[in-house]
Amino acid sequence: MQVELRILRYDPERDRRPHEESYRVEAGPMDRVLDLLHRVKYEQDGTLTFRRSCGHGICGSDAMLINGRNRLACKIRVDQLGGKRITVAPLPGLPVMKDLVVDMEAFFAKFRSVQPFLVNEGVAPVRERRQSAHDRERFDDTTKCILCAACTSSCPSFWAQPAYVGPAAIVNAHRFIFDTRDDAAEERLEILADKDGVWRCRTIFNCTDACPRGIHITQAILEVSRAIVERHA
Amino acid sequence: MLLRYRGGEGMLAWAFHRIAGVAIWAFILLHVLDIWLVSVNPELYEEVLDIYASPIGRVGETLLGAALFYHALNGLRIIIMDFWPATTRYHKQLWYGVWVIFFIIGLPVAWQIMAPAFGMAQPFDFGL
Repeated sequence: MQVELRILRYDPERDRRPHEESYRVEAGPMDRVLDLLHRVKYEQDGTLTFRRSCGHGICGSDAMLINGRNRLACKIRVDQLGGKRITVAPLPGLPVMKDLVVDMEAFFAKFRSVQPFLVNEGVAPVRERRQSAHDRERFDDTTKCILCAACTSSCPSFWAQPAYVGPAAIVNAHRFIFDTRDDAAEERLEILADKDGVWRCRTIFNCTDACPRGIHITQAILEVSRAIVERHA
Repeated sequence: MLLRYRGGEGMLAWAFHRIAGVAIWAFILLHVLDIWLVSVNPELYEEVLDIYASPIGRVGETLLGAALFYHALNGLRIIIMDFWPATTRYHKQLWYGVWVIFFIIGLPVAWQIMAPAFGMAQPFDFGL
């Protein structure tokens, strides 16, 4: 069948503002939006610019706004979208560099700000740092993040206040805050207790809906909020 | 972007919460003004009360009651999720629950407010 692909295009060297361009492509129900974008780029307009790497929902490169929701182009299929018109736009709330490519630098700076790595000043064991299955389970959900930014850029609190650290950074802080092998939970909670930290969450759930890994992001944010409140209780 | 993004129940719950909050705030401003009239111009205050009792005024009161009631119920939903983060997995069901309570209690109250506008007796007599 023929599908109309409406893509928000922007070339900083040519365009004053983003504009929509329409392409008709042949598509099957099991095709992914990434396949359609490839078809446009290879067969109709080689200037179309977008990121993609693994193409299998792991690298997180091709998150974009598809039919009004943040999705990975490599995971969402034509049959899941329904209809023969598909709109594609860059992730909302992030500066557009060209077409569907956004500037992720501020996003990664926030990720780095929560110390997303194991901190343990104790003597390193000869082999691995052992942990019970129960303790590992505590933060299992937040280990799944692929840093695609679908969550942060779907958040109205982030749109309103770009200084908000955002769901992705909080998810990655959660992953270490509740890890029994880590010693820097207190520091991370202090960072996230800031006015641009967890308190900007308004439990809107766009992040949870957008996450291609199915992480219960709002739950993780509220667990960190509770940990901040309870740390001196 | 707010209107372009197709959020789900959570985004709608939040949007209604905000709209209801702004509406309540606007009414509080109005209420401060009308109560102020009691001391400076009692006749005008009586006229304002007549406007509130008119059919259009009753529609306004019904909408105000709806805004207050939704804001309160959804506020409880948010408090539940704040205290027990695991309940966020059922945030949609909690929101549907908000609407069930909203209509079960809200419809009779709306009828109580609106009945005089249609020249009908109010369903509940509080002996006022």
